[in-house]
Amino acid sequence: MALEHADVLRAAHLARLGLDEGEADRYLDDLGRILEMADQLQSIDTDGVAPLAHPLDATQRLRADEVTEADQRETFQRCAPAVENGLYLVPRVVE
Amino acid sequence: MHDQTLTGLAAALAAGEFSSRELTEHLLARIERHDGALNSFITVTGDAALEAADRADAARALGEAGPLTGLPLALKDIFCTRGVKTSCGSKMLDNFDAPYDATVVEKLAAAGTLSLGKTNMDEFAMGSSNENSFYGAVKNPWDLGAVPGGSSGGSAAAVAAGLVPAALGTDTGGSIRQPAAFCGITGLKPTYGRVSRYGMIAYASSLDQAGPMARTAEDCAHLLGAIAGHDLRDSTSVARGVPDYTEGLDAPLSGLKIGLPKEYFGDGLSAEVESAVREAIAVYESLGATVREVSLPHTHYAIPAYYVIAPAEASSNLSRFDGVRFGHRCENPTDLIDLYKRSRGEGFGEEVKRRILIGTHTLSEGFFDAYYKQAQKVRRLIRQDFLDAFEEVDVLMGPASPTPAFDLGANKDPVSMYLQDIYTIAVNLAGIPGISVPAGFAGGRPVGLQILGTHFAEAQLLNVAHQFQQATDWHLRRPDLAEETA
Repeated sequence: MALEHADVLRAAHLARLGLDEGEADRYLDDLGRILEMADQLQSIDTDGVAPLAHPLDATQRLRADEVTEADQRETFQRCAPAVENGLYLVPRVVE
Repeated sequence: MHDQTLTGLAAALAAGEFSSRELTEHLLARIERHDGALNSFITVTGDAALEAADRADAARALGEAGPLTGLPLALKDIFCTRGVKTSCGSKMLDNFDAPYDATVVEKLAAAGTLSLGKTNMDEFAMGSSNENSFYGAVKNPWDLGAVPGGSSGGSAAAVAAGLVPAALGTDTGGSIRQPAAFCGITGLKPTYGRVSRYGMIAYASSLDQAGPMARTAEDCAHLLGAIAGHDLRDSTSVARGVPDYTEGLDAPLSGLKIGLPKEYFGDGLSAEVESAVREAIAVYESLGATVREVSLPHTHYAIPAYYVIAPAEASSNLSRFDGVRFGHRCENPTDLIDLYKRSRGEGFGEEVKRRILIGTHTLSEGFFDAYYKQAQKVRRLIRQDFLDAFEEVDVLMGPASPTPAFDLGANKDPVSMYLQDIYTIAVNLAGIPGISVPAGFAGGRPVGLQILGTHFAEAQLLNVAHQFQQATDWHLRRPDLAEETA
């Protein structure tokens, strides 16, 4: 499945990853060859094979719905780039 | 002091030959002297290490010392450490002091060990050479013109150079075993879920596993015993008792059935590496083991499957680095999308961006079934290959890497670089344990013998590796560091 310049920009937008046109150009060739390698997977007959998401074939364990952690807002916000009154600051979203 | 194994140092501390403070001061001085050339540490925590050493010495004086009390280690900079920079080798986290300790960090501290600092690594553990760190490449102590392997190259180089007797690494596609092989040390990737991943910055959650890197299998056994076990804070950790991994180390190998995967001895394998590995296998035969060829027929598909699954998981895991709650944030964002895009564009390096893009693309509408779902089906076939092989043999053996350490800057093409992990990656897809032990040299650079076992067979792997180290001296060889020989 050949990759095009627009595909790289689309993936960058979906990933919220800032790339300029020049960078996208540079990645195009690499990503195309990686996908060419991934295309080898198409040659294997996997009819009737279930996908394996967990190497021990385990399912996600659930815990009791109980509070187990104390409030650590101040501790965790100490490493934030910008906070005010216990809230994370971001550019205005709603005008 | 710095040439001793962890086990030897423990015995010397117990015998009062030197104190933990003296040992710590000695190693900190070595880091000061040699790490300028090696670049194996991102952060050295000397003051905290000396305070911990004093506490360990006080505990010993009170008769309260355990087998690991007072032993200095290093931690790959992927493990969260409270109040200490945890960068994951990235500009994105250059300003990040973790607010809590990873479970393995807590467990090692509870066992009485102390950390000398955080070791260099490929950014977010993405790499096979340790050239992708924001903090610069790590050099191989055996040859400063060579890579140490990645992504736990800082940990491997620090142990090989005698800056620490042991370190923790993580292995997502071979990142403990390959750098261990390149640097001539012993590195163990445990079974997936054997060691908690809580507080370990996630790259690919269904593949990542922490493990010990040390001089000997015996040292790895002690460390694995300290870090293994169920953790309620990691829902993928396995609820299963932890055996005493040191108990069976001396068991004889008579009757051991070794399988040699024919796919691990084909095209692309360096003749010198093959020769060293085959000589190592001959040692096992002399110890009473039998050897037969086996097949892992889907080996060829492990790298394509990995480079779909791992980037897909990475693109999801790394979405948390958005410039809002921690990490790098761009200047003067115009709106929220601009904040996300520029913070991530500025904070991530080239290889990380490459994998996020691939992962996002293969998970996007129209491509999911063809890439991600198919890769997960192939993953099951790869795992089944191993399970079938372990019906016939006890362990599998082969090279850890097709070549010895390559020159810094020699491997610029990403796809060629990905092929370096041809013998290690399938192990992570299957979730089985593997260990690399020093087994000779090729062109003056170390060669690693990789030994694989079925799920939770760590005790057997450690026994098999330890018996080899009782019969050979490859693990005792040390690199000559220039400043020391001058």
